[in-house]
Amino acid sequence: MNQVLTAAPLSHYVLLSSILFSIGVLGVLFRRNAIIIFMCIELMLNAVNLLLAAFSVHHSDPSGQVFVFFIMAVAAAEVAVGLAILIMIYRNTGSINIETLSNIRH
Amino acid sequence: MNALISLSVLGIVAMLSEIFNFKKFLYSLILLGLVAAIGVNVMEWGQFQLWYGMMIVDEFTLAFSGVILLTGFLWFLLVADNHQDKAHISDHFAISLFAMAGAIVMVSYNNLSMLFLGIEIVSISMYIMASTQKNDLGSNEAGFKYFLMGAFATGFILFGTALLYGATATFDIQKIGVFVTEHNSELPAIFYAGLILIMVGMAFKISAVPFHWWAPDVYTGSPTLITAFMATIVKTAAFAAFLRLFITCFSGVELFWNQTIMIMAGATILLGNITALLQNDFKRILAFSSVAHAGYMLLAVLAMNNQSGGSLLFYLLAYSISSLSAFAVLLAVANLKGNTNVQSFKGLAKKNPFLAFVVIVAMLSLAGIPPTAGFFAKYYIFTAAIANNYVGLTLVAITGSIVSIFYYFRIVIVMFEGDESTEVTVGSNTKALLVICSVLVILLGLMPDFLIGLLK
Repeated sequence: MNQVLTAAPLSHYVLLSSILFSIGVLGVLFRRNAIIIFMCIELMLNAVNLLLAAFSVHHSDPSGQVFVFFIMAVAAAEVAVGLAILIMIYRNTGSINIETLSNIRH
Repeated sequence: MNALISLSVLGIVAMLSEIFNFKKFLYSLILLGLVAAIGVNVMEWGQFQLWYGMMIVDEFTLAFSGVILLTGFLWFLLVADNHQDKAHISDHFAISLFAMAGAIVMVSYNNLSMLFLGIEIVSISMYIMASTQKNDLGSNEAGFKYFLMGAFATGFILFGTALLYGATATFDIQKIGVFVTEHNSELPAIFYAGLILIMVGMAFKISAVPFHWWAPDVYTGSPTLITAFMATIVKTAAFAAFLRLFITCFSGVELFWNQTIMIMAGATILLGNITALLQNDFKRILAFSSVAHAGYMLLAVLAMNNQSGGSLLFYLLAYSISSLSAFAVLLAVANLKGNTNVQSFKGLAKKNPFLAFVVIVAMLSLAGIPPTAGFFAKYYIFTAAIANNYVGLTLVAITGSIVSIFYYFRIVIVMFEGDESTEVTVGSNTKALLVICSVLVILLGLMPDFLIGLLK
């Protein structure tokens, strides 16, 4: 397993997770569908997970991989709350387009 | 640490009250529990403990935990009159107690993983609290915006943490600080990238310009009770976390980030104050003023000397208690008039001289006029910043606080206009809160030395 992970140089992992993270950021900023925005947030968090695992192997230090578990658990809790809020919004407005959510500014 | 344990136990008790049917006593039980938590927190003063390198108990932790617990206690006094949803009272109390526990984790972390957990415990609780009014679209929108912004900012903080881990091979903030001073000239590029990303993420959390746009909407849309919680307790925790992170980890590379924070602070002060001038809704004015106050508090982070901790502590306490009393009066008025517009304060001084007095004290303090706590809060922060040669920025901050006088005093002027005959009634708990806050504001303004001497 370790050979597989170290076969590619560290810079490739950094590059890949940076690209994934950027795709996530751009998705959050430019997509209008709330579900897709949630997916993009997950993409950002999973880019972090990949990066942490790569650095963890590189440094031969397990704490990075433990952090990955923290992120996974917390991300699940966060999205559970987020989806609950989204369902509430869908019940009230009948839409999950975030354009419908601009009533506060008056 | 004991405060964290007692808050978590209280939260669990609040959840159990649903099963064992003692919801009637829950409220008084929580007030007692919070007093006990303040007690154990004070008892711990002077100790130094490191919990497996994850959490640290030092004077910084205990002082900021004290502010959080005191504000939390006062906030719970406010809950008695203003909590409408009696059916879900145990859930709501449990969530707010867990949010406070998360806030204490945020002020006592010694490891970036604990910072992450603390931020998430607070944030997830606040997403739920912000959207508790299920049928109110404004509350839905506020919860959703808060969620999106929070998750987005967390993503930045995490990516930054991962890059710092790549550069330093540790999550321990003290070890990172040592690494930074040892390798000062040869830090890898990913370290700086990580620093920038963490800075952006934290700027989102403390609502500094240009990452502040979510705050006014979320503060306005949430139920006013919850806005009071966000503007005080969550802000305290976020700033304490910000200061600890930058003092422990990044003080060695101060020249790299101080320009950015300086511009952020100046922009936050100016934009927050000027936009607040243009608002007609008192809740929105308080939201923008909270953005502006974040700018002043950034000066304490910039100062980076032994006055930073003490001046930030003083500022946060002064700001929290003044805001809480303003929110308490706003809630009482809004419950009667049905809206939070500035005009609904018309004629308040005639029929309710006590409430008007409280508002005047709170506004004086928020504007930073002696003899209130807000004056010394600004004074200490400005002297700390000047001691580190931020004279220009301090002048901007003083200009900002002069601008702020206009919108704070607008409320005071409106209160003395007209003579509407409706009397605003407040319950005994809210009255106690208003008395405690006003007395504290004046007391801190008259004798500031005690509090400022706590952190040296």
